[in-house]
Amino acid sequence: MLLKGKVTFVTGSTRGIGWATARTFASQGAAVILSGVTSQERVDQRVAEIGKEFGVPCIGFLCDVSNPACVRSSYADIFKKFKRLDVLVNNAGIVQDALLGMISEASIRRQIEVNIMGAIFNLQEAARLMLRNGAGSIINVSSIVGRVGNAGETVYSASKAALIGLTYSAAKELAPKNIRVNAVAPGFIDTDLTKVLPKDAYANWTQRVGLGRIGTAQEVANTILFLASDQSSHISGQIVGVDGCLVI
Amino acid sequence: MPANTMSNLDLLKSTFADVIGINPASDFNDLVYGNTVGWDSVAHMALIAAIEGAFDIMLPTDDVIDMSSFSKAKEIVAKHGVSLAA
Repeated sequence: MLLKGKVTFVTGSTRGIGWATARTFASQGAAVILSGVTSQERVDQRVAEIGKEFGVPCIGFLCDVSNPACVRSSYADIFKKFKRLDVLVNNAGIVQDALLGMISEASIRRQIEVNIMGAIFNLQEAARLMLRNGAGSIINVSSIVGRVGNAGETVYSASKAALIGLTYSAAKELAPKNIRVNAVAPGFIDTDLTKVLPKDAYANWTQRVGLGRIGTAQEVANTILFLASDQSSHISGQIVGVDGCLVI
Repeated sequence: MPANTMSNLDLLKSTFADVIGINPASDFNDLVYGNTVGWDSVAHMALIAAIEGAFDIMLPTDDVIDMSSFSKAKEIVAKHGVSLAA
């Protein structure tokens, strides 16, 4: 039980990597806080699933991470319910692919607001709760494209690169307070986003993975678990690739 | 509020004194963020955490930024339900 007694918050956790991470945390004895943006019903359903399968405390919020009032309200509720926070996974994010000349202003703003501002809002609030504990672990979910870029994903990759800068700086600022900040940079991962790729594109991406196969959300979650737990107690300010040696 | 024999105002003063490292006999109304020795941005975050812990409240970021003096701190904690009446 790597997270027994810990209070953990995974944003964007009703599906994909976030859901796999939430389940993994619950399996390790953590209290889990979920959030999603699709519907309250969806969040409630996921909360019930965690409770039924793992028997750990679990609550959930319907919250758009780009809305600071909503984020603040979530942390006020976390404080009321748990009085502490040990782990934040900044996972909520969106991707809207388009070639440079075809990107609308609205799309740019939305990706920046959700992927960057949303992560910063959560990091601010989480760090303050963790300061009270005198410890904590924050994991930002970046992407391989934030490191090396990808045609057709200029805004998304810029937003994910921003999370890398955020990770480096927050790690330095919070290290004296015993709060670790790291990031994972997933590659080609089997999620709802990749399931809808055309067959040719899917095959092309798979070919580029050194290990010869697509990664799973569980493999990303396992890495996040390592960074969340005391197993990584001397690791901060690191960007961990989970990409099977993907070459873009 | 936490049960103690100290008034909430005294508790607030004591929290400031402990975190910023000032003489408890100082005139607290003179304390201003950035002008008071020891009350810099790093101490400010420690002060916020200490105040939150002392009064079992959670301050939103706007209040954290707005807490620019001891007088302002009194207003802010009062806004969050802490009675500072003697």
